[in-house]
Amino acid sequence: MTTTASQGTIQNYAADFAARADGQPWLDALRREAWAEFERLGFPTARRGNELWKYTDLRRLDAEAFSLNGVSSGGAALDLASVAPWHDDWHTAVVIDGALDLSRTKSSDSAGVTVSDLDDAEGELQSVFSSVARIEGSPFVALNTALFRSGVVVDIAADAEVEQPVHILHVITEAEENRAFYPRALVRSGSGSKATVIESFVNLSTGSQLVVPVFEAPLSENAELTHFRVQLENEKTVHIGTTRSEQPAGAVFNSTTFSTGPAIGRNDVHTNLAAEGAETTLHGLYITNGKAHQDNEISTTHQKPHGTSHQFYKGILAGNSRAVFSGKVIVQPGAMKTLAQQKDLNLLLSHGAEIDTKPSLEIYADDVQCAHGATAGHVDPNMLFYLMSRGVGREEAAKMLVTGFASEIVDEFEPEQLRDFLYAKLDEIIPALDSEGIL
Amino acid sequence: MEYRWGFVTDVDAEIAPKGLTEDTVRFISAKKNEPDWLLEWRLKAFHHWQKLQAEEAEPTWAKVDYPAIDYQEMIYYSAPKSPDDAPKSLDEVDPELLEAFDKLGVPLHEREKLAGVAVDAVFDSVSVATTFADQLEELGIVFCSFNEAVQNHPELVKKYLGSVVPYTDNFFATLNSAVFSDGSFAYVPPGVKCPIELMTYFRINTEGSGQFERTLIIADEDAFVSYLEGCTAPIRRTSQLHAAVVELIAHDNAEIKYSTVQNWFPGTKEGEGGVYNFVTKRGRADHHAKISWTQVETGSAITWKYPSVILRGDNSVGEFYSVALANNHQQADTGTKMIHLGRNTKSTIVSKGISAGQGQNTYRGQVKIMPGAENATNHTQCDSLLIGDRCGAHTVPYIEVQNPTARLEHEASTSKVSDDQLFYLMQRGISEEEAHHMIITGWSRDVIRELPFEFAMEASQLLKVSLEGAVG
Repeated sequence: MTTTASQGTIQNYAADFAARADGQPWLDALRREAWAEFERLGFPTARRGNELWKYTDLRRLDAEAFSLNGVSSGGAALDLASVAPWHDDWHTAVVIDGALDLSRTKSSDSAGVTVSDLDDAEGELQSVFSSVARIEGSPFVALNTALFRSGVVVDIAADAEVEQPVHILHVITEAEENRAFYPRALVRSGSGSKATVIESFVNLSTGSQLVVPVFEAPLSENAELTHFRVQLENEKTVHIGTTRSEQPAGAVFNSTTFSTGPAIGRNDVHTNLAAEGAETTLHGLYITNGKAHQDNEISTTHQKPHGTSHQFYKGILAGNSRAVFSGKVIVQPGAMKTLAQQKDLNLLLSHGAEIDTKPSLEIYADDVQCAHGATAGHVDPNMLFYLMSRGVGREEAAKMLVTGFASEIVDEFEPEQLRDFLYAKLDEIIPALDSEGIL
Repeated sequence: MEYRWGFVTDVDAEIAPKGLTEDTVRFISAKKNEPDWLLEWRLKAFHHWQKLQAEEAEPTWAKVDYPAIDYQEMIYYSAPKSPDDAPKSLDEVDPELLEAFDKLGVPLHEREKLAGVAVDAVFDSVSVATTFADQLEELGIVFCSFNEAVQNHPELVKKYLGSVVPYTDNFFATLNSAVFSDGSFAYVPPGVKCPIELMTYFRINTEGSGQFERTLIIADEDAFVSYLEGCTAPIRRTSQLHAAVVELIAHDNAEIKYSTVQNWFPGTKEGEGGVYNFVTKRGRADHHAKISWTQVETGSAITWKYPSVILRGDNSVGEFYSVALANNHQQADTGTKMIHLGRNTKSTIVSKGISAGQGQNTYRGQVKIMPGAENATNHTQCDSLLIGDRCGAHTVPYIEVQNPTARLEHEASTSKVSDDQLFYLMQRGISEEEAHHMIITGWSRDVIRELPFEFAMEASQLLKVSLEGAVG
């Protein structure tokens, strides 16, 4: 449930909508529909009864205007390997300031992967695009759909086992203006295929940005898609990300996220286990410091029997930051033999930090096994003592424990180059956390 | 078995006209011969409630579904008619009322002295009789109806009324503050351990009436009191509203143990009628104080209830033990709030939800650690059991932590009764129904054992009766 924002706020985006370039007729029609939905909904407020935005205050979006104006496609000289996870063997789509850079995009049909711009993508798109990331009731999906510049389409051929990951890299280059970005990706997995997609967001600007990505993954039967999402933003940015997947029989969707940086971050992941035997794993790590705010809204719906789902998130909070975990598992009537696990564990490192965690279950079928858990606490003094008694310095010991806490999630990232990149990030981030002298 | 407590007692009742206006509030206050300050407080609440109603502030966030309540179609005051002089002893109590309580099993007579229970029975809106008052008085303990407390101990009522649940707290608490008709009052002076369990039985009798009782319990420094509350209502096709407020105040080093067996009429099997139980219960725990809520909720068509503890004092302790059952068309949205303010505060939550038939059972709880609550700890466990494929079990915990020294653990599970356990019992000749009952009783043990002995027996029986027909 959302309430309408002031018309003034909506007008900030209307100019961008009016200035958009014409595309294919079906897409233009969809964009108009999306714009109308955004106008109807406006930005959500944390007002009474709006459970989905209870802990995240977006009033800043009313006060500040963000525009596509001033967005260029610079960055040709960027050495991407030095700022983002990178490997030359990966299939790659590089999106710079919202535009797909075809000169740096590569994929291999023989390996079963095709990366294309939405405008050039083959096959029937109209019935697929925005069918999983639906605009109804979702202001940010609507805004993205109305205003995105380039849509990245990744096709995984049926029965292909894709060895190298597909990396969709979104880079924001330096600029002073308040700018808006609407990264958009659609991954279509053919039946029986198996692939990994890395989606990373690297912000090289020092200015204030609004980043509203949408990632949607309609899977085919027995397809397996692993999605790694790396969100590295600057501390002035508002990043509201949406990930949606739809799983038919036997399909597996795994999503692991690494979120750090923005002033306000939101990681909205919904999966729909629409048929029997579907499986989903939604894991994530969030690290907040300073005045950062990171919200994770994670939802799994079991529609049919024999589904399995895991939600496992971990948070490290320091400074005056705040993080939210709002997990939901819905088991619909008849979805027997569902196995669902949900867990959120948090490490609080300072007195100014706040965690609001809400792991919830909504269950309408009896023959199920569902469990959830949540914890919050500090670095365990016994563990610290154990390490120190073996000659490890206090700060080093604390750093080991915090890194160890994070590693349970970071270790899931694959391939090795991506994992190494994230460990290197942790080495920068952890010692800089405002932890009242523990680190 | 049909609802066993569903008899209607035919007693002449003095009833306020239908509807809620300022006059209704004045009528109730006048009937109670209340001092001006209390009438003013009621009126403030009433005007605030009007404002809330205009803003459509009746809460909708709970996972319960019911047709809109027409607050003007309800009776807000219904007192069993009796001589102008309130009964001085049991002999003066209307015999039909006594018979009603007999059917309820309320221990009002001499024999109940053995049970060591002092009873204040609230029938519809008026407190009927309080036993054991003299013995308690010797210890300085005040245990009486709320109205008597207003008359005899106005300074205590004035000091504490609304101090934990202010009249602005929420829609139903505001309504209660305006129109509450009676309730129970207990005050235990410093250093006194109340030697017997205090008990109140509530019963709604008049059709189309609402019951709005107000309970205020104060344990002064170093005092201890254990309080029991039981509830029933007759079978009525129309729904009845019960919007009570309970305030507990535990001063330094005091302890209050509050136990509830709630067995309001749950409605028919087809989902007709039943009690809407919208209750605000909250306690304030000062330094080293302890407040413990235990509840067995088997009745009511709708339960909306979150007994809470504000852990204001350092080293204070809050506990919540609950078994909630939703069978047939019952809906329960219940849980607790533990608000940690003081240092070294500790809270424990054990919640067991049972769903059967088409019942919907939601645990909704909040644990909040405020910035100053150094070394606070909370452990929460909520388990749900589903019986049948048309019911629902939901868990919605809100955990909000603003202090890094806090340690919080929340765990929950949802499943059906284990086939292995059932098979084990049944192959030893125990019927399926009996096996279910044994398993459920065992599964609820962590909560039931917190109840005083007599209540524990009753609670276990209630679970059994309430689940009849749910199995097989």
